Amino acid sequence: MDIKVLGTGCKKCIALYNLINEAITELGIQANVEKVEEITKIVQYGVMLTPGLVINGKVKMSGKVLSKADVKKYIQEEM
Amino acid sequence: MLQTFADYVAYTLFGLLPNSHLGAAVNFFIYDTIKIFLMLATIIFLVSLIRSFFPPERTKKILSHKREFIGNILAALLGIVTPFCSCSAVPVFIGFVESGVPLGVTFSFLISSPMVNEVALIMLWGMFGWKIATIYIATGVTVAIVGGLVIGKLKLEHLVEEYVYNIKMGEIELAVLTWRERVEYAWEYVVDILKKVWLYVIIGIAIGGAMHGYAPADFLVKYAGKDNLFAVPLAVLIGVPLYSNAAGIIPIVHVLMEKGMALGTVLAFMMAVTALSLPEMIILRKVLKPKLLGIFIGIMTVAIIFVGYLFNWIFV
Repeated sequence: MDIKVLGTGCKKCIALYNLINEAITELGIQANVEKVEEITKIVQYGVMLTPGLVINGKVKMSGKVLSKADVKKYIQEEM
Repeated sequence: MLQTFADYVAYTLFGLLPNSHLGAAVNFFIYDTIKIFLMLATIIFLVSLIRSFFPPERTKKILSHKREFIGNILAALLGIVTPFCSCSAVPVFIGFVESGVPLGVTFSFLISSPMVNEVALIMLWGMFGWKIATIYIATGVTVAIVGGLVIGKLKLEHLVEEYVYNIKMGEIELAVLTWRERVEYAWEYVVDILKKVWLYVIIGIAIGGAMHGYAPADFLVKYAGKDNLFAVPLAVLIGVPLYSNAAGIIPIVHVLMEKGMALGTVLAFMMAVTALSLPEMIILRKVLKPKLLGIFIGIMTVAIIFVGYLFNWIFV
């Protein structure tokens, strides 16, 4: 699974990145989690509000602070 | 009811005298804190519900290829309801320009969005009353429209960093939210904002309370009254580094006005605090060449100072 966190390095983006790492450990799945900080790449996904969450190339969410349960739900949708 | 509670805590529970300085200050502090927090929670919740209908993707579509003037008016109004934080200024800017929103219209949005922000409005409403809050919205929107129009007329498209025009932006399909999700979103937003501002609000109200109780009533007339022509530019200058702390500053400004600061000076100060934010300017430098950034800051400064003088002149 390929997970990308889109964000220019704001607090919320780092929080989301950490949350995802926790979620995949708890779910016990293999995933490649990557931070995308370059603005040109972020907008290529169509995301205007950061943080954005992209799983397997699909934009799942933008501009919200997620709970761990939300993150798990999004990951499981793409499994 | 709130006043009864504040009276009870200050005079009965703490045993302070109603006509003492300390009693007045404590009472004022309790009353204002509870009132402001109640207002913040309720109104941010409602505003966020409305905002869940206006994600920037939709705002972008509404504004795309709009003619100037009408576009500027729409952009300034949508700036009020579209969720925005300075960390998203760059992607929003690129998104707008890429989808054919004229540069001046984009600027109207970028000016109005931080200036007419919900926290500042609630605080103004709670402390100064709805009339001043309305004046603030109306002038804020006007400054955004005029500022955007001027930038549009100057034809400064070449002063946007070239790479912005080469970006092909992706489309995301917006899921239609259920009411439950909207309510959840709004509630999360309330918690998020309150976490961010509660300390500033309390400190602001505490300082305001102390000044309310101790400083003489005409304390500031000489320095910040309407007869001092330097008061407005000075207020703007002081306001610039205080970005994003509107929540803590408004209670203090409220007492400053009570002690003689003129209305125009108050408005100019508030606008400088919310709209001329240093971190946002640094972020915008990623998409604007220095000259355009300079022009933008210049127009904003002139407009805000003008607003200050205008209101000091109208309300004699």
